[in-house]
Amino acid sequence: MTKKETQLEKAQEKEVFRLSGADSHFKYEVSKIPGAEKLMLCFQCGTCTADCPVARFSGSYRPIQILRMAQLGMKERVLSSDDIWLCATCFTCTDRCPQGVEFASVLRALRNMAVEEGILPPGFREIASTVLKTGLANEITKLRLKKREEARLPPLPGSNPERIAKLAEIVGFSKIIEKKENKNV
Amino acid sequence: MSKSTYLLYLGCAIPSRVLSYEISARKVIESFDVELVEMPEFNCCGLPLDPISHDMMLVLAAQNLCLAEQQDLNIMTLCPGCNGTLRKVNKTLKEDKRLKERVNGYLSKVGMEFKGKTEVKHLIQVLTEDIGLKKIKDSVKKPFKNFKVAAHYGCHILRPYELIGIDDPENPTILKELIEATGAKYVNYENEMECCGATIIISGERAAASEFLGKDNISLQLARDKLIHLKEAGAQALITLCPSCYRMYDFNQPIIERAFNESFKIPVLHYPELLALAMGFSPDDLALNEHRVNPSEILSSL
Repeated sequence: MTKKETQLEKAQEKEVFRLSGADSHFKYEVSKIPGAEKLMLCFQCGTCTADCPVARFSGSYRPIQILRMAQLGMKERVLSSDDIWLCATCFTCTDRCPQGVEFASVLRALRNMAVEEGILPPGFREIASTVLKTGLANEITKLRLKKREEARLPPLPGSNPERIAKLAEIVGFSKIIEKKENKNV
Repeated sequence: MSKSTYLLYLGCAIPSRVLSYEISARKVIESFDVELVEMPEFNCCGLPLDPISHDMMLVLAAQNLCLAEQQDLNIMTLCPGCNGTLRKVNKTLKEDKRLKERVNGYLSKVGMEFKGKTEVKHLIQVLTEDIGLKKIKDSVKKPFKNFKVAAHYGCHILRPYELIGIDDPENPTILKELIEATGAKYVNYENEMECCGATIIISGERAAASEFLGKDNISLQLARDKLIHLKEAGAQALITLCPSCYRMYDFNQPIIERAFNESFKIPVLHYPELLALAMGFSPDDLALNEHRVNPSEILSSL
């Protein structure tokens, strides 16, 4: 077999999904998460995707596909997909879904599950560590504080990173963001 | 709780990068009979962490709400992201007893308890509900003439409707009315309710830097699409309510112009800046020089 044929076979192997390999419990696992309860109500009308601003410009991001994959139990493919990080959370799909599925919340649940498996895009990881360090998602630089003074704005109230770090421990957030990627997902 | 006193929740996007919004909002609000009290401390609203952990978002929002309850005051926000998050969590915790118990279980470890006795409003609600359009119109000393502006509401000020409920997300009028109160002419354009894309510019950071700020970046494509429609409609400026949307159209406008080899030169103003100018504040009062797309040329030509 030539090298090219092997590659082709591998590519096909990746494309074809056999339901025998599906995780039939996945849909129940997702539906248990607050906001994602109505996953199974999706009847694939495609309103979410037709109205999605990101889908207009992305060649691969299709809410309708993500919903179907989740319903079918394609856990590994959904959770490891780059696409689940592309939702802009505009909530147009949530407001227009005739079945009340709230896709943006289903997707948030899927993202949370991916993070549990150790998948966390670097940009999001950076935000998480900034919040734990400073109490805020955007660091406020000394230059900005000086500009505040010049503009005669009142001094900023301080944040409370100690409390945030403590809450992060209690909720289990600190542990989640330290997780390494589970290679089986 | 007094109706005319609010605890100002700034959020982090505004003090870290968009001071002009805060400056104009304070000037406008304090011109009316509304007192702003500084938060004793403030922490992340929780929104940026929702993709990572919904529970972490809930406790972050809840502890901010607790801080307001301790002050016995309602919250006024400027950033629609913070506003949406605090409103949603406030409403959900008030209605869902079991969730409230769970969140309070976490909060009790840091000596806090969510009671559900504060309200959260965005600046435009304080303007329209507390102050009212009539008083706003009366405050306009230098109404704009022949100034054609378009509006970008931003998703989070309107959606999800069930949890935000400020205005009809399919056909909102609140910002149109506020703009027309300044004498400016409201211009409609194609795809007016389109998202700015700011929330996923971070996802672009997974790609190489060259790709990140180039034509392939979905956020930049979304923002460019809006700039094209604004130009076609002949808008002389864009009015925004959100620091993140503002950054997409103002800070990133020169980046979009370079990436696509196009020219827009459409200044972006926060709504309170438009109102403050009409009330008679000078561009210097408002630190308009912070804007990357300089609005002074258009403003002096009016």
